[in-house]
Amino acid sequence: MNQVSTGAPGEMLPPVKDEPQHHKKGITLGDYTERFALIIAWVVVIVVFSILAPDSFFRLQNFTTILGTQTTLVILSLAVLIPLIAGDYDLSLAANLMMAGMLVAVLNAKHGVPLGLTIVIALGFGALLGFINGFIIIVFDINAFIVTLGTGTIVTGLVLWISSSQTIGGVSAWLSNWVVVNRVFGLSIEFFYGLVLCAALWYVFDFTAIGRRILFVGRGANVARLSGIRVGRVRWGCFVAAGIIAAAAGVVYTGTAGAADPVSGGTFMLPAFAAAFLGSTAITPGRFNPWGTYIAVYFLVTGVTGLAILGVQSWVQSVFYGAALVIAVSASAFVKKRRERAARLS
Amino acid sequence: MDLAQTLVVRNMSMTFGGQRALDAVDVSIRRGEIHGLVGQNGCGKSTLIKILSGYHHPDPGGELEIDGRPVKLPVRTGSASELGMSFVHQDLGLLPSLTVVENFRAWSISTKAEWLIRWGKERQRTEEAFERYGLSCDPRAVVGELPAVQRALLAIVRALEDLRVYTKDDESRGGLLVLDEPTVFLPRENRDRLFDVIRRSVTHGSSVLFVSHDLDEALSVTDRITVMRDGRVAGTVDSAVTNKDQLVEMIIGKRLEAFESTHREHTVGERSYVSVDGVTGGTIKDVSFALNEGEVLGLTGLVGSGFEELLYQMFGATPAQSGRMSIAGVEHGLAAMSPPAAIKAGMALIPADRQGAAGIGSLLVRENVMMQTIDHYRPYRLDRGRYLRDAENALREYDVRPPEPIMDFQALSGGNQQKVVLAKWLQAAPKVLLVHEPTQGVDVGARLQVFETITRAAAQGMSVVCASSDYEQLAAICDRVLIFHDGQIMSTLVGDQITKERITQQCYVSRGTLRPDTETRIPA
Repeated sequence: MNQVSTGAPGEMLPPVKDEPQHHKKGITLGDYTERFALIIAWVVVIVVFSILAPDSFFRLQNFTTILGTQTTLVILSLAVLIPLIAGDYDLSLAANLMMAGMLVAVLNAKHGVPLGLTIVIALGFGALLGFINGFIIIVFDINAFIVTLGTGTIVTGLVLWISSSQTIGGVSAWLSNWVVVNRVFGLSIEFFYGLVLCAALWYVFDFTAIGRRILFVGRGANVARLSGIRVGRVRWGCFVAAGIIAAAAGVVYTGTAGAADPVSGGTFMLPAFAAAFLGSTAITPGRFNPWGTYIAVYFLVTGVTGLAILGVQSWVQSVFYGAALVIAVSASAFVKKRRERAARLS
Repeated sequence: MDLAQTLVVRNMSMTFGGQRALDAVDVSIRRGEIHGLVGQNGCGKSTLIKILSGYHHPDPGGELEIDGRPVKLPVRTGSASELGMSFVHQDLGLLPSLTVVENFRAWSISTKAEWLIRWGKERQRTEEAFERYGLSCDPRAVVGELPAVQRALLAIVRALEDLRVYTKDDESRGGLLVLDEPTVFLPRENRDRLFDVIRRSVTHGSSVLFVSHDLDEALSVTDRITVMRDGRVAGTVDSAVTNKDQLVEMIIGKRLEAFESTHREHTVGERSYVSVDGVTGGTIKDVSFALNEGEVLGLTGLVGSGFEELLYQMFGATPAQSGRMSIAGVEHGLAAMSPPAAIKAGMALIPADRQGAAGIGSLLVRENVMMQTIDHYRPYRLDRGRYLRDAENALREYDVRPPEPIMDFQALSGGNQQKVVLAKWLQAAPKVLLVHEPTQGVDVGARLQVFETITRAAAQGMSVVCASSDYEQLAAICDRVLIFHDGQIMSTLVGDQITKERITQQCYVSRGTLRPDTETRIPA
C-alpha cells in the first residue's frame, strides 16, 4: 500500500490507519468500517424510517428538504470545528449567529441599509466578536470555555435589545432568493454554500501549511511553541475565522426564514457540537474533520426529521440531539483509547 | 527486639528485567541518628527508597525491620505511616493552591470520621506543631505563595507530625523520616533552617534517612553516611571522620587514573561561532561561554545545579532575565528571545520531554517529522507528492524503525521517537543544535545511532550543546564539558580529561577543592 502514499500532487491522502503496517497488511476491514461507520449508520436510519413511514419519509421531496434547509447548521458546525481543531471551545458562536442574522434584519428592514452592506456589517461583527474572544483568552490567558460562555451570553442579551425581543421581518427578498428560493439541480442554492465551505475548509486543513499548524497547536501546544509556531496567534486567528463563519451562518439563517427572531438561533449550539464530535469518529477517526462534521449534520437532521414525520412530539428533538452528543463524545473517546492501546502494543 | 536500631534492611535485592538494581543490600539506621544515603544516578538509592514506600516489590529473601518489628514485604502501599515511616520527596507533595492548614491537616481531615471540621482547632494544632520545632507559621497563608524554604519546612513538619502519631504513648517506637533530596531546589543559604528542624526531630527519638547529592551538606548534617554504587553498599562511614574526597572515591569506586579517555578524534573548527555572555535567570547566575563551529559542548552538573536551563534560555523557551548571545556575529538579547527568533537565527532545540515538548504523540510520524519544514512545500498548495517522498526518505535516512510514515508517533519506541525528532530538526539544517538528555529512555542500539547523528552533524560544522546528566554519554560525544554548580560554571574539562569518572568527580566536588591535575582554564 506504500505507493499510495506517494501519489500525485494534490491527490487525496491515503486513509489514515492506526495499525502499523508490519502488523497488518494494508488497510483492514476494521479501519474501513470505523471510517465509514457514520455513513453506514446514516443509511440505516434512512432505511428504518423509510420502512416505518414509506409514504411520507421515503419521498424525493423530503430528501431535498433535508439537504436544502440545513445549511445554517452545517455552516455553524464548521465554525465550531475550527477552534476545536486548535484545541479551544467557542460557546459564543450561536449567539454570534443570532446577532449576525438580527443585524441584517434590523438594518435592512428597519433602517433601509442596503442588503450587501448589512451582510458586510454582520460578518464584520462576527470577526469582531472572535477578535475580542481571542484577545481575552490569549492575552489574559483565560479558559476559552468560560470566556466564550460569557461573551456569548452578553451578545444574546444584545440581540434581544436591538430587536426589542421581536421577530423582525421584511428583509429584502433578494436574500431569500439567493438562499432558498433559487434552485440548482432541484436543491436550494444554500445547500451548495455549505458544500463549498466544507470543501474549502478541508483544503485549508489538509493542503496548506497554516492548516497543519492549527492541528499542531491543537494537539500539542508546547511542542508547537518549541517548533517556532506562534501558538497564541494561531488560536486567536481561529477564533476570528470561526466568528466570521458563524456570522455567515446567521446571514443564511435570516435568508432561510426571510426574517430574524431573537431566540431560536441559540438552539443550534448543541447540535453543532454534537456534529463536530460525531464527525471526529468518521472519515479520519480520532480527528475533528470537515467532511465527518458535514456528514454528521445530515445524519442528525435525518434522524430528527424522521422522528417528526412519525409524529413524535417535538421535545424528542432535544433528547435526540443530547443523546447524540453524549454518544458522539463517548465514541470519540473510545476511538482515542483504541488508538493509544494499539500504540502501546506495537 | 533490637531497640537500638530504628531501621534494619537485610539482604535486599531487586531485579528489573534481568538487571540487578539492588544486590543484597544491608543498611541499618540507629535510633536518633541522621543517616545519609549518597551515590550516583542509577546506583540503587531510589530503588531502595521505593521499596520502603511500597512502590517496588523486592526480590524474595530480603528482610525489613522497623523499631525491632519485622515488616512483611512488599510493604503495603499506603501503610508506611502506620509502620513508622514518613516520606518527604523532592516534589514535597503539597497542594499549592490550598492554605497551610489545609495542606497540613489534609490527610487527617480526609480520613477522619467526623462530619464537621473545626477550623479554629485545626489552625491551632498546626501552629503548635510548628512551635514544637521552633518555627512559626501563618496557617491561613496559601502554600503556593510561600517561599520555597517555607514549603519544604511545611512538608517536613507535616511528615514529623505523622511520626508523632505513630510514636505516641509507646516508648519502644522511634519512627523514621525519609528525606529524598528535599533541598535540591532550595537556595543554599536557606538550607540551614531546614537542617535545624531535622536535628531537632531526632532529639525526640526519631531517626532520619537523608538522601542527597550534595556531599558537603550530607557531611555536615548526618551522623553516618552509606554510599551506594552499582546496586550495592560500597560502605558506611562516620561523617565526623570522613572527608569529601574519600566519599567521591567511594561513589566512583575506582581510582581515576586507571581510566582511558573514550574521546573521539575530531577536529573542531577554529572560529568561534556562538558566544553567550552574562546569562542570568532561574538558577543560572551570570554564565558566559563560547562555542566553535563543529564543536560538541557538554553541560552537566548535579540535579538542581541548573545546567539544563541554559538550553531553554538560549532558545527563548523560558526567557532569561538578562544576557546576550551572538551567533555568527549577530547579537541577540536573551531576555527577549523567542523560539521563532531562535529558529530564524539557525538554532534547534531537542527537549528532554519527548512526548510533551519534542513530538506530538497522537499525530502521525510523518506529520511530526515534517513539522519544521512544512513551509518548503508551497504554503498555499502543499506539494503533496514531494512532501510525502521527503518524509519517507527522512525516516529511512535516520533509520526510524519501522519506517512507517502513517503510524502514530506515540507507537514508536523511545529511541525511534528520538530519531524522528532529530530528523525533524536536522532536515531544517540548523547551525546550532541544542539537545537535552538526548538518550534518556533510549535503548542501547538507538543510543549509538543518536551519538553518531550528533557527531556527524558536528563534523559538518554544526555547533552542538548537549545538556545531560549521563556522564558516559558526555564522555563519548563531547569536545568540552562545562560542569555547573549552583547555576555557575565550576570547572571545564577538555579533550582527554573527559572521562565518565572525572566528570562524576567534578560534579561532586564543589568550588575551591579542585585537585590541581583536573583544574583547567575556561577557554576564551
